Amino acid sequence: MEAALKIKDGKPDTKITILSLGTNLTRDVVKKPLAMGADELVLLEDPAFDGSDSWATATALAAAIKKIGNADLILCGRQAADWDAGQVGSGLSVLLGLPCVTLAKKIEITDNKAKVHRVIADGYQVIEVDLPALITVSNELGQPRYAALKGIMAAARKQPIVWKPADIGVEASQVGAAGSKSKVNKLFQPVKEGKCEIIGGETPVEAGANLALKLREAKLI
Amino acid sequence: MAEYKGIMVYAELLNGKLAPITGELLGCGKRLADELKEEVTCVIIGSQLGQIPQDAIALGADKALIVDDPLFKDYQTEIYSAAMEKAIKETSPRIVLLGQTSAGRDLSPLLSFKLGTHVAMDCLDLKVNAETKLLEKTRSVYGGNARAIYTSELMPQMATVRQKAMSPLEPNASRKGQVMPLKVEIDASKIKAKLIETVKEEVAGIKLEDAAVIVSGGRGIGNPEGFKQLEVLAKLLKGAVGASRPPCDNGWMPETAQIGLTGKIVSPELYIAIAISGASQHLAESSGSKNIVAINKDSEANIFKEARFGVVGDWKQVLPAFTDKVKELVGG
Repeated sequence: MEAALKIKDGKPDTKITILSLGTNLTRDVVKKPLAMGADELVLLEDPAFDGSDSWATATALAAAIKKIGNADLILCGRQAADWDAGQVGSGLSVLLGLPCVTLAKKIEITDNKAKVHRVIADGYQVIEVDLPALITVSNELGQPRYAALKGIMAAARKQPIVWKPADIGVEASQVGAAGSKSKVNKLFQPVKEGKCEIIGGETPVEAGANLALKLREAKLI
Repeated sequence: MAEYKGIMVYAELLNGKLAPITGELLGCGKRLADELKEEVTCVIIGSQLGQIPQDAIALGADKALIVDDPLFKDYQTEIYSAAMEKAIKETSPRIVLLGQTSAGRDLSPLLSFKLGTHVAMDCLDLKVNAETKLLEKTRSVYGGNARAIYTSELMPQMATVRQKAMSPLEPNASRKGQVMPLKVEIDASKIKAKLIETVKEEVAGIKLEDAAVIVSGGRGIGNPEGFKQLEVLAKLLKGAVGASRPPCDNGWMPETAQIGLTGKIVSPELYIAIAISGASQHLAESSGSKNIVAINKDSEANIFKEARFGVVGDWKQVLPAFTDKVKELVGG
């Protein structure tokens, strides 16, 4: 959202559409981008979307993006590390046939290109990509701004557009758990060995010295 | 599914050599290949590869499939993914392994969507099911509090592997293998995302991700001056200083030092946790550490459940004595 707003700061005629997928989406939460300055909110909301993995999510989002049409730039978050590990953005680019730049920390739009600073382990790559393109955004791009009161008032009047699978031309079997390509066979808690050897001493000072001796004995230092 | 055979490993290069993750993937790939009685093919993409294909063979590859072309000098999403897609389509491997690195994280989802298969990201463990021959991929979920084993029937079976989760083989220079070129035709004028330049940001000292020893402090350190004492110890042990979230949130340490779910994932040989209670988000990403040593005044602190050695006591008293003794022992 912050990345889109930064672009709109420079080009006020930019239209920002927010797209989100889920079930029972809390209105106050999903309307937040409207308050920050987005123009339109589209929700893919239906029980059929439940249990979507990255494949099913990207399939639904790609269909919705095609229906919305004519986007110059599609921005995705880098995603919660937990279940998806940031696959949806890249997947969308394949389904939409767009070039993809991941982990952007800076985006500048000039003519029909985006100049992107892409985070890598020991610095960043500067990439110039033709638009339309898909860019995933790193949290290094910056914190989202606060919504101004005017925006909050405006957002309160706007209603999201809600689409179900049929509205975007996908079968219920292509999305949600049914459209997913992987399954979890087993969920378990890692066994904690809990065999910590507490190193003592007459005083904390002695314990500290004893710890160093112990680490030497265990060949750790 | 009989046509899918063998293990393919995507090689990553660092300073003109194989990156450590590649050795780890080859070690893991070789183990899986032995179980399946199949071969390991290492795909190496770059420019002026020289000795590198032989190094991959020494580390467990049976075949090296190479793209050696100035166009591929630096990692670029579009052309590297095109090369990997071609390698996979021509070879039809059963299993494709990449590292959970910036390149691996970029390439894997693109490839999985192009190939219509599933990829499990950031795996901690990989096994082949003896009956189904499907890959069982263990990932950390729920903020590190649980593990989930994923399977998919789709081929090839793909996974990215966390750095340092697997052990490399001892290099064996006498291992024999085949080096074969992979022809990838790229029309440079049609590349949509062009690399303009690569900017390196130098980090002073040893990087947390690469450090064999990490000295890490938590909320209990109390102020930026406290971390100076941790730096002294880290320097003696040729290690790096890290922190849990509170010291970074409070500005005592830079954000780049943060270890945990929202920070860096580390796996050093020795992790010395000082005044860190061990919130699960921190433990999630430091539990890859081979040996955890804890100093904390609270004997009930979570960190002692993970630690191998510990001292219960105030770090302000324990640490100077510990540091002095370490200095004496390592002769610093």
